[in-house]
Amino acid sequence: MKRILELTALELGRRIKKKEIGVAEAAGAALAQMRVLEPELNCYVTVDERMVLDQAQKVQQKIDKGELTGPLAGVPAAIKDNLCVEGLPATCSSRILGKFVPSYTAEAVVRLLNGGAVILGKTNMDEFAMGSTTETSAFGATRNPWNPDHVPGGSSGGSCGAVAANECFYALGSDTGGSIRQPSSFCGVTGIKPTYGTVSRYGLIAYGSSLDQIGPVGKNVEDCAAVLEMISSYDSKDSTSICRKDYDFTSALVDDVRGMRIGIPKDYMGTGLDGQVKEAVLKAAEVLEKKGAIVEEFDLSLTEYGIPAYYVIASAEASSNLSRFDGVKYGFRAKEYEGLHNMYKKSRSEGFGAEVKRRIMLGSFVLSSGYYDAYYLKALKTKALIKQAFDQAFERYDVILGPTAPSTAPRLGQSLCDPLKMYLGDIYTVSVNLAGLPAMSVPCGQDSQGLPIGVQFIGNCFHEKDIIRAGYAYECSRSYETPELAVRGAEQAEIIYDEIVQQGHLTEENGPAKEPKETGSMKEAVYAAAKRGAGIRLAAFEKAGEQEVRHE
Amino acid sequence: MSKQYETVIGLEVHVELATKTKIFCGCSTEFGGAPNSHTCPVCTGMPGALPVLNRQVVEYALAVGLAANCSINQYCKFDRKNYFYPDNPQNYQISQLYLPICHDGWVEIETKAGKKRVGIHEIHMEEDAGKLIHDEWEDCSLVDYNRSGVPLIEIVSEPDMRSGDEVIAYLEKLRMIIQYLGASDCKLQEGSMRADVNLSVREAGTRELGTRTEMKNLNSFKAIARAIEGERNRQIELLEDGKEIIQETRRWDDNKESSYAMRSKEDAQDYRYFPDPDLTPIIISDEWIARIKAQQPELQTEKMERYQREYQLPEYDAGILTASKHLADLFEETVKLCGKPKEVSNWLMTDAMRLLKEHEQEPQELSFSPGNLAKLIGLLEENVINRTVARSVFEMIFAENVDPEQYVEEKGLKVVSDEGALRKVIQEILEKNPQSAADYKAGKQKAMGFVVGQTMRAMKGKADPAVVNQLVKEILEELIVN
Repeated sequence: MKRILELTALELGRRIKKKEIGVAEAAGAALAQMRVLEPELNCYVTVDERMVLDQAQKVQQKIDKGELTGPLAGVPAAIKDNLCVEGLPATCSSRILGKFVPSYTAEAVVRLLNGGAVILGKTNMDEFAMGSTTETSAFGATRNPWNPDHVPGGSSGGSCGAVAANECFYALGSDTGGSIRQPSSFCGVTGIKPTYGTVSRYGLIAYGSSLDQIGPVGKNVEDCAAVLEMISSYDSKDSTSICRKDYDFTSALVDDVRGMRIGIPKDYMGTGLDGQVKEAVLKAAEVLEKKGAIVEEFDLSLTEYGIPAYYVIASAEASSNLSRFDGVKYGFRAKEYEGLHNMYKKSRSEGFGAEVKRRIMLGSFVLSSGYYDAYYLKALKTKALIKQAFDQAFERYDVILGPTAPSTAPRLGQSLCDPLKMYLGDIYTVSVNLAGLPAMSVPCGQDSQGLPIGVQFIGNCFHEKDIIRAGYAYECSRSYETPELAVRGAEQAEIIYDEIVQQGHLTEENGPAKEPKETGSMKEAVYAAAKRGAGIRLAAFEKAGEQEVRHE
Repeated sequence: MSKQYETVIGLEVHVELATKTKIFCGCSTEFGGAPNSHTCPVCTGMPGALPVLNRQVVEYALAVGLAANCSINQYCKFDRKNYFYPDNPQNYQISQLYLPICHDGWVEIETKAGKKRVGIHEIHMEEDAGKLIHDEWEDCSLVDYNRSGVPLIEIVSEPDMRSGDEVIAYLEKLRMIIQYLGASDCKLQEGSMRADVNLSVREAGTRELGTRTEMKNLNSFKAIARAIEGERNRQIELLEDGKEIIQETRRWDDNKESSYAMRSKEDAQDYRYFPDPDLTPIIISDEWIARIKAQQPELQTEKMERYQREYQLPEYDAGILTASKHLADLFEETVKLCGKPKEVSNWLMTDAMRLLKEHEQEPQELSFSPGNLAKLIGLLEENVINRTVARSVFEMIFAENVDPEQYVEEKGLKVVSDEGALRKVIQEILEKNPQSAADYKAGKQKAMGFVVGQTMRAMKGKADPAVVNQLVKEILEELIVN
C-alpha cells in the first residue's frame, strides 16, 4: 500500500492498466492516508468514503471492459472546493454557501471523469480563493505537510497539501493571482496555470472572472502535463473559452532545452526576495544552462504595478461575482432578520469572512461612480501595458524564469495580521494572470528550515509546451521529495487500509442490487433540492418594499 | 395660468424579443409555464454557471436599429449593472452601458400637427428579471425565474416629443417597425413592450430643459396619454406655485389617475457598471450588417406604396391596412385566395374596423382566417347570399371565425331567386294590401317601393332585391292591364 502512495499519477495509471493495482486499492490507499493525516493537515473539506469506493468499483469495471483506456484511468484525484461536482457540496470554504449541493459538474471535472478519474473529495482553500495561505477558510486552516506549523500557501492550499501528503495522486486547483503556483511552491509540488481560455471555467465558482483559470497540481511536470491535456478543451458553455489545436501537452515532455532562450527578469531577483530562494532559483537556471539553454537577465519593467492592478481588477470582479450569495436562493441565511434588506445584510455579514468582506468593499469602491476612471479603468490600462511588456520579452525569450514566491511558507498566523504584506507576496505571480499567460511552479530545493522552494517558468500565450519542456528538462536532473510526515503517515495508514478496502468488498457483494438504487436516490434528492432551491421561498418581507424598488 | 408652457418628453421603451430561447442560456422564453419550469443554472444565478450570448438577440437588435436609421457600434460589449433584488438571481443585470449596439437613429412620426422626426439616442440589449409573487396568506414572497434571462432591447429616444399625441405616434411607429421585423409581438398589456416616460416642462420659448421626472408602470396607450397629461399638469402647478420640481422616479396608478414618488435622485443607487468579464466583446462585421439589411422584410412605407401601385388602393386605405403587420398579412393572404383587393380592402376597412372599435380591440387581435373572408367574398360574388346577409355572416366570422359556406347552409341564408315562390309571396302581400295596387294604378310609384319592402321583410332579407323589384313591377303592371 505504501508503495502505491508513492507512485506518480502516470505510474499508477500504467500499473492499473496492467492490472497490477486495482482502482479500489489505489483509492483505498489514499483514503487510509487521509484518515491518518487529515486530523493534522485538514486538506479536505468533503470526503465521502462510500462514494469514493463505489466510484472506484465502477471505474474498474469500465477499465476491465476496455471502455476506459486513458493514461490516468482509475487514478484518484482531489478537486478544489470552488469547482462544482454534482452531488458533492461546493463550499468555497465559506459559510455563505451553507449546504449548497450543485446539480451540475464543472466542465474540467467532467473531462476528468470521462478520462476515468476517481474523485476522492473536495479540498480546502482560502475562502472564495481570496488569500495566499488557506487560513481564511471557514473550515479552519490547512497545514503544510512539510511542517504543520507553516501554511501550505493558497488559495489552492488543500489541493497542493493533499498532493504533497500523498492523500491523492493529483489534484485540480484554480489560479487567479498565483493560487496554484504559490502553494505548489510552498508544498514542494508542481502546478500549472494554463493560458486564459484553455480550460473551461464552466462550474468554477468565480472569483475574478477575467483572471481565473483551472489547472493541475501533481508530483511532477509529467503528471501535470497529462492532466492538463485531459482538462483542456474548447467549451461552448464558456464564452471566454478558446479553441486550440495543440492540446497534446505531453508531447513536450522532452529532456532537451538546447537553444531554448530563457530570460530572468532582474526585477524578480532584487529587493524583497529571500536570499535562499534566490540561490535555489539561480541554481535551477544553471542546470538548464548546462543542458544547453541560453540564459540571461533582462529588464521586464512594470513589475511593481502588477499588484495594485491585480487587486483592483480581481476585487472589482469579485464584488459583483459574489453578490449572488444573498441568502435568497441557496446557501446560508441569517436566522433572525426583519425584512429583505436586513436579511441581505445579516446573511452576508454572518456568511462571509473578513478577507472576503475586505475585497468586496475594495471592489465596490473602485467601481463606484466617480472612482471608476481613477481606479478600475486605470487598472485595465495597466493590465494592457503589462501584457505589452511581456509581449516584448517574448520576442527575445521562449521562457521567463524566476521565483514563484519571494519566500518559503510563513508560519501560521503571520500573514493575515498584515494583509498588505500578504498581497506583496503575490508579486511574481499576479502579472501572469493579468497578461493571461501560462506559468508553472516546479520544486527546486529547500531552505535551511527544510521548507520547499519553487521555480516559476512563464511562457508566452498558448506556449504551455515551452514551459513544460523547460520544467521537464529541469525535473529530469533531480528526484521528487516526499515530506517526512507523508512517509510516516503511510506506515500508520497501512494498518487501517484493509478495513477500508474491505468496505469496498462489502459494497461489491451487495453491489448490483443496492448500488444503483442508492446513487439514484441520492442524485434525485440532490436534484429535487436544487429544484426546490429554484422555487424559492423568500421569508416574509413587506409588500411595500416590493413596490418601492423597481429596476428596469 | 398666465404663462405658456412646453412639454418635453423622451421615452425609454423596453421590448421583449421573440427569440425561442433566452439571451444567455438555452431555456425557453415561452410565456406562462409553471413557475421555475423554464430555468437552468445560468438563469437562476447558480454559482459557477456562465452566460453565452444568443446570436439571434444581436440579429434582432441590429434589425431594429437599422430600421430606425441607427449607427451600429461594430465593437460592442455587455456591462454588469449591480443591484440587489430577489427577482434578479445574480444581483446584477447583464446590460449595455458603455458601448450599446445601436446609437443615433431616428424614426418619422405623423400627427395632426404634421410629420416630424424623433431621434433615437441608443438601443441596447439586456436580460429581463424574474417575477415576484407575494403570498398574502403565508406572508411571504415567491419568485419565478421563468422570465429571468428573457432578451430585451431598450430603445432610448431623444427628448424630442412635445405632446401625448406625439408619444403615441412614436410608440405606434416603433411597434409597427418591430412587428414588421418579427422581432417582438409588442403587447403592452402582456408586458412585451413597456414604456417609461421622461417628462419635463419649460416656459415656451426658453431653450433650457426643466427638471424631469421618470414615470413607470404604464400598461396601455391610454394610460400613457393620461399619465403625460397628469404629469404635465402636476409640474406646471408646482412651477406656478413657485415650487421646485424634484428629479425622481414616479409610479403611475391608472385606477386613481395619479402618480406617486418611488425614489428620488438622492436615493438613486450607484449601479457600479463595469464590462462583464464572462462575455467577450461582440464584433459586428460589415458583412453581418449587410446580411441583416438584405434579410430585412418589406417595411410599412414600402408596403403602402406597393398597395397603391399594385392594387390601386387609395393612399388612405393603404395606410390603414399597413399600419398593423397582422392586418396587412390578413389582407394579402385573402387577396391571394380571392383575387379581389378592392373588395377585401372594403371588408377590412369598414366592417372589420367598425367591429374592432365596438369591441375596443386592436387590429392585431383580429383572429379570423383569410380563407373564411375569401369564401364570404366568393359567396357574395356568386350571388349565393346578398350583401345584407353577408354583413351579418361577417360578424360571425369576426367573432368566431365560422366557415361562411357551412354557416349559410346551416342557417338557410341563401338568396331565394325562385320566381314561383316569390310571385306567391308578392300575390299574398297585394291581397292583404289592396290599397297598394290601387295607388299604383293611380300613378303613385311609391306604392311599388312599399310592396318591394314588404316582400324583402317576408323573405327575411334572403331574396335578391333585383329580382324582387322586377317581379313586383311585372305583377303590378299585369294588374293595371287586367
